[in-house]
Amino acid sequence: MDMLNALVAILNFVVIPAASYGAQLALGALGVTLIYGILRFSNFAHGDTMAFGAALVILITWGLQAIGIGLGPLPTALLALPFGIALTAVFILGTDRVVYRFYRSKRSAPIILVMASVGVMFIMNGLTRLIIGVDEIRFDDGARFLVSVQQFRAWTGLSEGLSLRVSQALTLVVTALACWALFRFLNRSRAGKAMRAYSDNEDLALLSGIDPERVVRLTWLIATALAVTAGTLYGLDKSFKVFNYFQILLPIFAAAIVGGLGNPLGAVAGGFIVAFSEVAVTYPWRKIATYLGFEPQGLLQLLSTEYKFAVSFVILIVVLLFRPTGLFRGKSV
Amino acid sequence: MAEPYLSATDMRGGYGKADILNGCTLTVERGQIAVIVGPNGAGKSTAMKAVFGMLALREGKVALAGEDITRLTPQERVRKGMGFVPQTHNIFPTMTVEENLEMGAFIREDDYRDTMAQVYELFPAVADKRRQNAGELSGGQRQQVAVGRALMTRPSLLMLDEPTAGVSPIVMDELFDRIIEVARTGISILMVEQNARQALEIADIGYVLVQGANRYTDSGQALLADPEVRRTFLGG
Repeated sequence: MDMLNALVAILNFVVIPAASYGAQLALGALGVTLIYGILRFSNFAHGDTMAFGAALVILITWGLQAIGIGLGPLPTALLALPFGIALTAVFILGTDRVVYRFYRSKRSAPIILVMASVGVMFIMNGLTRLIIGVDEIRFDDGARFLVSVQQFRAWTGLSEGLSLRVSQALTLVVTALACWALFRFLNRSRAGKAMRAYSDNEDLALLSGIDPERVVRLTWLIATALAVTAGTLYGLDKSFKVFNYFQILLPIFAAAIVGGLGNPLGAVAGGFIVAFSEVAVTYPWRKIATYLGFEPQGLLQLLSTEYKFAVSFVILIVVLLFRPTGLFRGKSV
Repeated sequence: MAEPYLSATDMRGGYGKADILNGCTLTVERGQIAVIVGPNGAGKSTAMKAVFGMLALREGKVALAGEDITRLTPQERVRKGMGFVPQTHNIFPTMTVEENLEMGAFIREDDYRDTMAQVYELFPAVADKRRQNAGELSGGQRQQVAVGRALMTRPSLLMLDEPTAGVSPIVMDELFDRIIEVARTGISILMVEQNARQALEIADIGYVLVQGANRYTDSGQALLADPEVRRTFLGG
């Protein structure tokens, strides 16, 4: 019985939260890694693209709610998401036109593009604050739990409870669908193969008649769709706060680099690796240890949650020191 | 006699202020193998890049099948029937062999499966590895993929920049055999080679370039027999 309780506790406090957080990171890291592979720079504005998109989604959600449109048990934000993606994509393609294309045509060094993206990041950050404010916003309507603690206890008779929130289940389902669609697109479609070819060998792709500007536009579109989806899911799961999206940039980059920059599969794996490490290191394991028959003195928490970003830093440093191309052999940083 | 299929005449130009090409002329007939040889820094690769439009010419003219293409970009020349295999970075390493060929056929709107079958027939070694990433193949097989990729547009002129660089002598012979086979199908070949002696053996016409200008031009056999050429360029 205690064994089962320990297992349920691990599921409830570590596996489920880490899986949904990992899925959000994976979606974010996919965007970062695609941009790195095709446009060959680290896009620092990615976190704020997530925030900007999520803010638009919230505004549209409010609009839909005001006219009485909803999705029943599912959050209305899901309905608003496609519109949020479309609007953000227009903005992002605008930044490419106004900012990045200039440096691309000059064939500037990647670091210059990175710095330009820092500028874009500050502008988007400010815009988002201006549009929606700096306060914490909860916008998850519909049903709250798929499985609640009380229900679970009643079903199983265990003393330990387990809950699965709708937002968590939704995150996992949407991420799985997005990854499936993305990998199918990259591996099967002509445009997807052209993107991979361009990422592999830019000059040869040009010789083969692949239009670089089209590839670049497509990459921005896909990265934006992934970013806005990730931002919305993160906001549904944890609540929306502009500053949080700035902070999440670090674990996202850690995920992309751990997996190997430019490698989409690596980005997904990296997202889960970072999330599971972060949750495992900051979770107090006392309860589970007690179930397993130990009598620990302290909380058995390796790191307080305030320091969770240190985990990303440590993973980042270890990977860069010992395997700079990442686990799945992406491009070296 | 009619104008040759490819005729690049009096090419002058370079990357900076100083010209690398000083009045270089290259012509290739249909189905012929033309080989450019010469010492290091003679402008062999540059001459080929000029033919392909990767170098802006200050003077001179490039014509393909009688049409002046001097002002066209490399991409436009591919559509006119030129195929180019760069010396390095000539494949998509993380894509499969089959996908490499598909990318070669990117500009084609029609069904290219026939062409792909022909490429596999020409290079059976890579046909067995069509689902494998091109970057995982051996050097010789990569070169075959690279040539195959360029053949996917069904070019009428195939340009090869040192196709045998860095491969073993056995693989080199094999590659040259394949190149002869390609030429037999009516495709003209223009090739830059370090392995001058072996390349001239298969050449219908050989160009010896020195300092960006033609020094000797003759059939491959005649150049090999010329004591002057042998002494100065072929090491005895």
